[in-house]
Amino acid sequence: MTPPTIDQATFDELKETAGAAFAVELVDTFLSEAPTMLAELRRAYAAGDAEAFRRTAHSLKSNGNTFGALSLAQLAKTLELSGMEPVRAAAGAPLAALDAEYARVAQALKELSRG
Amino acid sequence: MAEVIAGSALLLVADDNKVNRLLLARSIELMGHRAATVADGRAALDLLRTTPHDLVLLDITMPEMNGFEVLEALRKDLALRDVPVIVTSSLEGLENVVRCIELGAEDYLTKPVNPVLLKARVGASLEKKRLRDQQKELVRRFATPEVAQDLASAGFALGGKRVDGTVMFADIRGFTSLAESQPPEETIELLNTYYTLMFDAIGGHGGIVSQIAGDGLMAIFGAPLPLPGHADAAVRTAIDMIEMIELFGAEQAAGGKPPIRIGIGIATGPMVAGYTGTRERAVYTCIGDTVNVAARLEQHTKVAGRAILIDGATREGLRADIAADALGAVEIRGKSKLVDVYAVGA
Repeated sequence: MTPPTIDQATFDELKETAGAAFAVELVDTFLSEAPTMLAELRRAYAAGDAEAFRRTAHSLKSNGNTFGALSLAQLAKTLELSGMEPVRAAAGAPLAALDAEYARVAQALKELSRG
Repeated sequence: MAEVIAGSALLLVADDNKVNRLLLARSIELMGHRAATVADGRAALDLLRTTPHDLVLLDITMPEMNGFEVLEALRKDLALRDVPVIVTSSLEGLENVVRCIELGAEDYLTKPVNPVLLKARVGASLEKKRLRDQQKELVRRFATPEVAQDLASAGFALGGKRVDGTVMFADIRGFTSLAESQPPEETIELLNTYYTLMFDAIGGHGGIVSQIAGDGLMAIFGAPLPLPGHADAAVRTAIDMIEMIELFGAEQAAGGKPPIRIGIGIATGPMVAGYTGTRERAVYTCIGDTVNVAARLEQHTKVAGRAILIDGATREGLRADIAADALGAVEIRGKSKLVDVYAVGA
């Protein structure tokens, strides 16, 4: 069984502790920042910039955990810890998987923050 | 400008991720404090050098200057070395936690940060800073020519104040055989890590470390400055210490090294606090029956097979959320009367 894109309990807790209106604002910030981070990840990968690659993956992991996007966080964590080599070996597949998961997360977060 | 509420502090959030910055700033504002934010380590240092802040929440993984470099720079800067720092990071590995604490961080919280935990740690850090500022003020006052002259004429007579407080003794179990089983360098390293963790726990609850000798330490709660709820603070410190030792033990075991265990004895009551020693070399310590009971209780942990033992007066000072098991009245060496002993934790 695939885990949900957004862990409802984590997202609810965020809304409860930070306030619902603020949570919406935070989602908007993430949705405008994340494409830049994904692009930065690909830039670092193309340029062989291991440090920027690790730092950006770390940042995505951290945000994924904040919103309960656990699969996204897990994919980013793998990139953070194992670096660019496995990505190269798999001809960039992990980056494509991350992009696809982000598209699901973005869709789910938009629905949740509207609801 | 917004009106500053009483007790409100100015905090600095340094994090390269915008979502993290906003969320931490929001948590701080919900606590009734104010927050400034910066996106990298260098900007954090620049701002701290121009505007005093009460506390810094510091990310580790940042461009320009990372959190480790910021901690090092703060420590070297006389004007900034006392600014408390809580590290908020999602870096994996206990070695990063220990490195931050060794570099002078007050605390380390894993992101995403639990808001309840954050509130507690921010409160404790701000309170500690307040006490430290007060102590600095005391030291500054002590250093006036009049006091120096008073000291010269009256001898080391600062001591001898009667206070109510709580005393803690802690030591490492089986330390001698541990020290014999490994090279001295490793033992020194282990002791350094041990003391780093313990000092952090004690200071975090408002206590001071009075003496350390080999593998043992003595801490005081309630002197030189009064500390409301000193018994409760001491027992919470002890619970934190045991937790840290368990974490540390797991790391030791993972590295194929022996885990360590500690015993802690705590007693509450009247004592005489002050400086003892010579004018060249003095320590702040406490003496009296309460101190003896704490030392004996620490010894007694071996017999009782429990990590934390406290006396009846400490038990009475505990808030309701800490359970204590009554072990009955125990004869303590050097005491004519029996002492009621309670155990806290496992």
